[in-house]
Amino acid sequence: MTEIRMRVNGVVHSLDVEPWVSLLDALRERLGLTGPKKGCDQGACGACTVLADGVRINACLALAVQYADKEITTIEGLAQGGELHPVQQAFIRHDGFQCGYCTSGQICSAVAMLAEHAAGMPSVVSGSAARAELTDAEIRERMSGNLCRCGAYNGILDAIREVATP
Amino acid sequence: MRPFDYVKPADVAAAVRAVATAPGAKFIGGGTNLVDLMREGIETPDTVVDLGGLPLDGVEELPDGGLRIGALVRNSALAADQRVRGRYPMLSQAILSGASAQLRNMATVGGNLLQRTRCPYFYDQAAACNKRAPGSGCDALDGFNRGHAVLGVSEQCIATHPSDMCVALAALDAVVEVESVRGTRRIPVADLHRLPGATPDVEFELAADQLITAVELPPVPVAANSRYRKVRDRASYAFALVSVAAALEVRDGAVTAARLALGGVAAKPWRAREAERLLVGGPASEESFGRAADAELAAATVRPGNAFKVALARATIVATLRDLTHGGSTA
Ligand SMILES: Cc1cc2nc3c(=O)[nH]c(=O)nc-3n(C[C@H](O)[C@H](O)[C@H](O)COP(=O)(O)OP(=O)(O)OC[C@H]3O[C@@H](n4cnc5c(N)ncnc54)[C@H](O)[C@@H]3O)c2cc1C
Ligand code: FES
Ligand code: FES
Repeated sequence: MTEIRMRVNGVVHSLDVEPWVSLLDALRERLGLTGPKKGCDQGACGACTVLADGVRINACLALAVQYADKEITTIEGLAQGGELHPVQQAFIRHDGFQCGYCTSGQICSAVAMLAEHAAGMPSVVSGSAARAELTDAEIRERMSGNLCRCGAYNGILDAIREVATP
Repeated sequence: MRPFDYVKPADVAAAVRAVATAPGAKFIGGGTNLVDLMREGIETPDTVVDLGGLPLDGVEELPDGGLRIGALVRNSALAADQRVRGRYPMLSQAILSGASAQLRNMATVGGNLLQRTRCPYFYDQAAACNKRAPGSGCDALDGFNRGHAVLGVSEQCIATHPSDMCVALAALDAVVEVESVRGTRRIPVADLHRLPGATPDVEFELAADQLITAVELPPVPVAANSRYRKVRDRASYAFALVSVAAALEVRDGAVTAARLALGGVAAKPWRAREAERLLVGGPASEESFGRAADAELAAATVRPGNAFKVALARATIVATLRDLTHGGSTA
């Protein structure tokens, strides 16, 4: 057992975890945060996407012990003072989901994607270009780590485009 | 997952000592490959040595104009580095064509280099696989081998090395720096991965206790006009069927410098030296590009499922060189 401290959605937790417990299992089963979903448990779907120090990661391929002393944000932590995050509101307005299983991962991913883009992160669509505009092709590529089995991609794209281009 | 001990050393010396004294120990970088393989029971380390506390996450200028990349630099950070984008665009593009944004944010340079094959039979404990269980056979030979290798294969194994980043590094003559209790070693990336031969389970020119500390890129002027082109079954978030890392310099219609490496076709990033030799000094024409590709691919050994890769590799090489002739280094 290793004791770790982790700030999750603004609250500091002290956790006793075996080193082989994934960050996803620690969040879901130790902290009761079932927003992050276990879709594939092998990095192939993005349903488990959470933010670590603001950076999007797949919690299923992370050991919780690797993320000791980090600040983790899950879908449960995006709303501010009872007000949904703008990306959450846009997903509702544009029907960015059907069954909802991929949605928490999609939204966490989109929030971090917009921050990455603002910080100048390139994508393979725009290559080495200095600054890419968030075209539909860019958004699709930058969001390709989040699959949706229901195929709600058009609504997801509409929602993200709306937040990206106010 | 099989239980293991966990240690997180604070410096390179302690990390190297931690594996030297524990034969069943494995390093963990981002964990995106190791955690998956441990969950499948394919990797079963007794101790996991977390590299996350080591000060190896910087990209530094070298006096000769090259770059020194720490082994813990995240794939996304390396792809975004302005120096990499300006001087070695193929490397930035190769990284950005791999995996997903989430995985690139986690994955480290060291882990990307040493990631293991995605052959489905390697992952399937019920299947025969000489890489996972030496002597058990290879179910890929007569199985589902659409994704498998066509160059440098053996009758024991036709798995590919799946990295995109490594293909660009091989084309750029990158060198890996390795540390162990026995000292420091430098290994060209082009020599780091082994062809299967009779021992497909021995994948790297590296002992288990050797820590990758850095990758060094020499100055490669021709790489300013370079690109990485990846062909796969869907537009994103899929491994390469075939990929090409190429750099080209053309003067008065003739090729004056060229770099070429292929991904998705072998157990290692395939530096296409024969093609490079034929390209340099020849005309910058599609015919000449095609002849160079044919010469490189002449030794291909195909199976029913992957025979298409030869024509696909040829077409991708020609198209990439053609684009570079017209001066476009961006995708
Ligand atoms: C769904 C999915 C899709 C993917 N698609 C692609 C793709 O299209 N293209 C692509 O190129 N890759 C792809 N990947 C693979 C990904 O790039 C690798 O998993 C990643 O680069 C590994 O880096 P890591 O730091 O997470 O490695 P880890 O999992 O931490 O380690 C991998 C191996 O390297 C060893 N190791 C790590 N660091 C060091 C070091 N410094 N010195 C010595 N040994 C070390 C570990 O012991 C382990 O054996 C994909 C992965 C997934 C899960
Ligand atoms: S559950 Fe983590 S990527 Fe699918
Ligand atoms: S809404 Fe059902 S998987 Fe995306």
